[in-house]
Amino acid sequence: MSVRASLIAALVLGSGLTMAPAPSALAAASVGQAADTVAPEVSSVPVGAEPDGTAVRLDVSVWPQSSGKHPVVLLAHGFGGSKDSVTSQANDLHDRGYVVVAWSARGHGQSGGRIHLNDPAYEIADARTLLDLAARRSDVELDAPGDPRAGVMGASYGGALALMLAGSDRRVDGVVSAITWNDLADAFFPQAAVTRAPTTAAGRSPIDGAGPFKQVWATNFFLSALRGGAGGQGGQGAGADRCGRFDPTICRLFVQASETGTASPQLTALLRAHSPKPTMNVVTAPTFLVQGVGDSLFGLDQADATASALAATGAPYAVRWSDGGHDAASTHEAEEVEASYTWLDHYVRDQGARGSALPTAAFTYGTPAGRAGQPTTLHTLTAYPGLSGAALRTRELPLATTSGALVHPPGGQPASLIAVPGLAALGVSLSTYQIAALPGQSAALDTQPLAEAATVVGSPTMRVTVTSDSPDVTLFASVWRVTGGSVTLTNPLVAPLRLAVTPGRPTPVTISLPAATYEMPAGTRWRVLLTSTESTYSNSRSPSAIRISDASAMTLPVATGATVDGAVAGVVDTETILAGSALALLLVAALVGWLVRRRRRLHRPTRPDLADVPLVVEGLVKTYADGHRAVDDVTWRAEKGQVVGLLGPNGAGKTTTMRMVMGLISSDAGSVHVLGEPVSAGSRVLGRVGALIEGPGFLPHLTGRQNLEAYWSATGRAPEDAHIPEALDVAALGGAVDRPVKSYSHGMKQRLGIAQAMLGLPELLILDEPTNGLDPPQIAAMRPILRRYAETGRTVVVSSHLLAEVEMTCTHVVVMHAGRVVTQGPVAELVDSDDTTILDLPERVDHTLVSAAVHALEAADGVTEVRVDTPTRIVVVADRGRAEVVAAAVTAGLPVVGVSSRRHLEEVFLGVISSASAPGVVGEPGDEGASLVERLRQVRAR
Amino acid sequence: MSDNPGDALLDAIEPASSAASGEIHQVRGPLSWRSELRRQWGRRRTLWAFGLLLALPLVLVGSFAFGERSSNSRGGASTRIFDLAQSGAANFSLVLVFLASELLLVLLAALFCGDAVPSEASWSSLRYLLIAPVQRARLLTSKLAIGIASTLLATVLLPAWGLLVGGVAYGWDPLTNPLGENLTWGQFLPRLALAMAYIFVTLLPIAAIAFWLGTRSDAPLAAVGGAVLVSILLNILDQLDALDPYRNAFPGHYSRAWQDALAVSPDYTDMVHGALWALVWAVAFTMLAYRRFRRSDILS
Repeated sequence: MSVRASLIAALVLGSGLTMAPAPSALAAASVGQAADTVAPEVSSVPVGAEPDGTAVRLDVSVWPQSSGKHPVVLLAHGFGGSKDSVTSQANDLHDRGYVVVAWSARGHGQSGGRIHLNDPAYEIADARTLLDLAARRSDVELDAPGDPRAGVMGASYGGALALMLAGSDRRVDGVVSAITWNDLADAFFPQAAVTRAPTTAAGRSPIDGAGPFKQVWATNFFLSALRGGAGGQGGQGAGADRCGRFDPTICRLFVQASETGTASPQLTALLRAHSPKPTMNVVTAPTFLVQGVGDSLFGLDQADATASALAATGAPYAVRWSDGGHDAASTHEAEEVEASYTWLDHYVRDQGARGSALPTAAFTYGTPAGRAGQPTTLHTLTAYPGLSGAALRTRELPLATTSGALVHPPGGQPASLIAVPGLAALGVSLSTYQIAALPGQSAALDTQPLAEAATVVGSPTMRVTVTSDSPDVTLFASVWRVTGGSVTLTNPLVAPLRLAVTPGRPTPVTISLPAATYEMPAGTRWRVLLTSTESTYSNSRSPSAIRISDASAMTLPVATGATVDGAVAGVVDTETILAGSALALLLVAALVGWLVRRRRRLHRPTRPDLADVPLVVEGLVKTYADGHRAVDDVTWRAEKGQVVGLLGPNGAGKTTTMRMVMGLISSDAGSVHVLGEPVSAGSRVLGRVGALIEGPGFLPHLTGRQNLEAYWSATGRAPEDAHIPEALDVAALGGAVDRPVKSYSHGMKQRLGIAQAMLGLPELLILDEPTNGLDPPQIAAMRPILRRYAETGRTVVVSSHLLAEVEMTCTHVVVMHAGRVVTQGPVAELVDSDDTTILDLPERVDHTLVSAAVHALEAADGVTEVRVDTPTRIVVVADRGRAEVVAAAVTAGLPVVGVSSRRHLEEVFLGVISSASAPGVVGEPGDEGASLVERLRQVRAR
Repeated sequence: MSDNPGDALLDAIEPASSAASGEIHQVRGPLSWRSELRRQWGRRRTLWAFGLLLALPLVLVGSFAFGERSSNSRGGASTRIFDLAQSGAANFSLVLVFLASELLLVLLAALFCGDAVPSEASWSSLRYLLIAPVQRARLLTSKLAIGIASTLLATVLLPAWGLLVGGVAYGWDPLTNPLGENLTWGQFLPRLALAMAYIFVTLLPIAAIAFWLGTRSDAPLAAVGGAVLVSILLNILDQLDALDPYRNAFPGHYSRAWQDALAVSPDYTDMVHGALWALVWAVAFTMLAYRRFRRSDILS
């Protein structure tokens, strides 16, 4: 996260001051981009020699324009970076019509020389040389001979260069300067003890005397230059040099300051000279300042000072407070970069008049978002508070605690942890109060609860009186928010102050607290925490005791800007539009689908000619997904008053047919009509059909009665039509009707299933294997019910493989085998047959006699088959009249005691099935029939 | 003969031929909300689910009371949340929602919507509903509506019951949150309602996925477990920065955006995104479920 955040910061701001991974990543990015954009002209430009006389050449890239005259932008990089750090911005600006000049600063990248920290005599002079270079280019627009139309843009190290170039060279027509310093001495030795209350939002007029040394930042700064030196070629004093590419004088002074923790007069003078501050009074170029709240290196007070100077010279300027900075990435980077480009476009490219309206709001600030990681809410004001005639509005917030005591520990350890650079970028939001407010080393000054919410924009101030037993007092002030029991840091910033006091004498001091935007809800309290140590600063090693007293009310600079729905709102809208249109598309698709289906459903034709036939199945075909053709061209019908048996071995397609009849599965071809109405899934006409298909199905937690009620309720029909008591009588469950179904036996569920099928007395009753699980008496009891049910003019269809059962129950039969109907008709007709005669023999007949007689009979004329069915029963198939067959049998010696024409259904069944299974008829292997017969015998044995 | 089973039925029958046959007298549409509600509400799983939901705040209160004796030593970030929970009804219900919204409510939504169809299939009662006859689409609509209604009830019940339990246990203090933002009851209740509405909407994709899986499988466990699994997988994928910004569209990416509604100055952007994406997925999977079920062969 921190790598990513810093990468983004480096990409956008080109800073790279503390961002170690940035240069390599950026180099990679620039390689990727070079393919589709113009390639820069790379040259080595000679500039002023080093103090020791060493010649210096700068590594310069120029993005040229192919035709016409164009304004030029000098693009400066951040500390520790190189010209490669700004490649993407260079491409952006080139696309906007600029000639772009980027260079590695002295002591950076491939350029020679040493780092002089923006010395007017070196780095700034170099930039002027580059302006001269630009003025000689044929593609650069000139305001006057030798005066190119030029803008300069940079962040951090480059930002200060931009301001200083504008302060030393009148040829600059526009400046964009981000997260940079106004006074470098003040940045490294900040002093928050001020002489007077500020007149601008983040203004700070420090008392004489440098503040404590910002040790951690200074070291980071120093180390990043060492790293930059190691990679570059500029190693005049080659080898492991502890000053790296720093100018030796600067290096020496820095090391000295690190050792003592105080600023030597030479260092203070040098840092002050290497700052925009001395030359700001001559800057007239329109200047855009971006400064970050998330910046413990160059605070908002630095930009405030620059803005004040610009207001004094009358230069057009705008200030934008970002939530990013050297500590964290901004949540509005894209907009900040865009605003910078717009500034240059207006004043440099389009030569906007100095008096014209600013191309961006004069002051933009963000208030913290409700949740971590979300972009800040942007607000704008028409002027920077306290400048250009705008008043600084303030509010007073009285304190509840006005005094406290603290000690500075001997050795300066342990030190409080408050402003840890980069902590915010890591997304760390844990309560840091325990490690900030070390016991005895801190004093907490709490305010009264806020009566109404306030947005504080700038630097709050308060007065306290400090009494110490040592002449050198260092304090660090930070602002916390107290809610209930929890204390949270508002911004990871501290305001350090260093006072010279007379021991024992109370000294009044005005503290300028860290400048930032603070959102303070009503009901919360503020806490100003004064600590004697701070880990990012150089702390004194000698102990002291400090008393704080007479703290005054806090003075809060407040502002109510117009809320901006910036480009982020546009990004937001893109996602909203995307999601919204996806949703709309889906809804339209759903609506269209629904309409199409509705139309299609209306188009199913009814068959008035079949209105009186309860069930007609025509040409049904069903092939399952695995290729198995379960039902193949099945046609049959059931008329009123009939009990139709659907017979067939397992796998014959009976259940599949029944499911298609009920619309549970769709047919590939053919149709089902119930009372003339076509049947498909959920057809209304199914309300006139009751069915039990492949076993019953009930809600296990409901009782039998509740199940029938729930089922009937699901049909939506009138309760009085259900005849639930009568149906329950069929089920004959006795007291079990009021027990949950899960306690039922298989037979009980089966009977309840039949009862459910009979609910509402349907005109067509379809029962699939109804006798499954029933005992013989129950089967016997069921038989007359079905018969008599059909006698009322209704129709019953029963599927079964129990042949005797079907024979006894049904009036008609449909025999299926391997998905086809092999025969159908009234049971009486099927079992009745002209060519078959059944001869009954007496008991205790002589078997040898019988078998001899059978052989004789087989030989008789016209007899095709003689079969001994049981010892007392012989079946004769012949094409002669029955009387002649009987005569022949008697002649053959059979003791015939009875003659009948009826076969058992089983014979019919086996006969038709074996013939259907014969090769060529169904097209199945021949042994199928044999095994089938075998299976049927097993069924019979059951 | 009158003691034979079935006699009463046969006595009740008027000959079918005499009636001008079978004008079916519908008093309601097939599988009305009421009848579906009755089918789902008596179920053990429904009662257990709500029982669990109602027990959760009581368990929390009990464990806080129990933990008070042992832990007054160290105050980490997590214990602070629970300290906060004990500061009043509003905080307690909010902590409850925070704890439950991540998994419990997701699980309940998947259960209520994913289990409805496959449980009927596993009892074999699905085919009897369909031949009652109930139109395929109507069956789904009833099942989904009652499933969604149960989810909604759970979403409403959780904070409401939390407020009541929290109020009785810790007093009726308004909301204070660790960021120092206090809301009065007048501000808090509508915001809470909005947050719950949002949570409910973000539950819909999981409910729809469970529902869709339910139409594809006869096993209730497959549907509920599958949906929860999908939700966990998406959560894992959502952690991958490489999927930015495509992960924004994942159901569940904005699942915590409801907390935005409870800030002093709420930012509804994420909630709008979250709600829209949630609806997109919910509608898409619901459509898939209808499409699947309308065409499928019922073999259960």
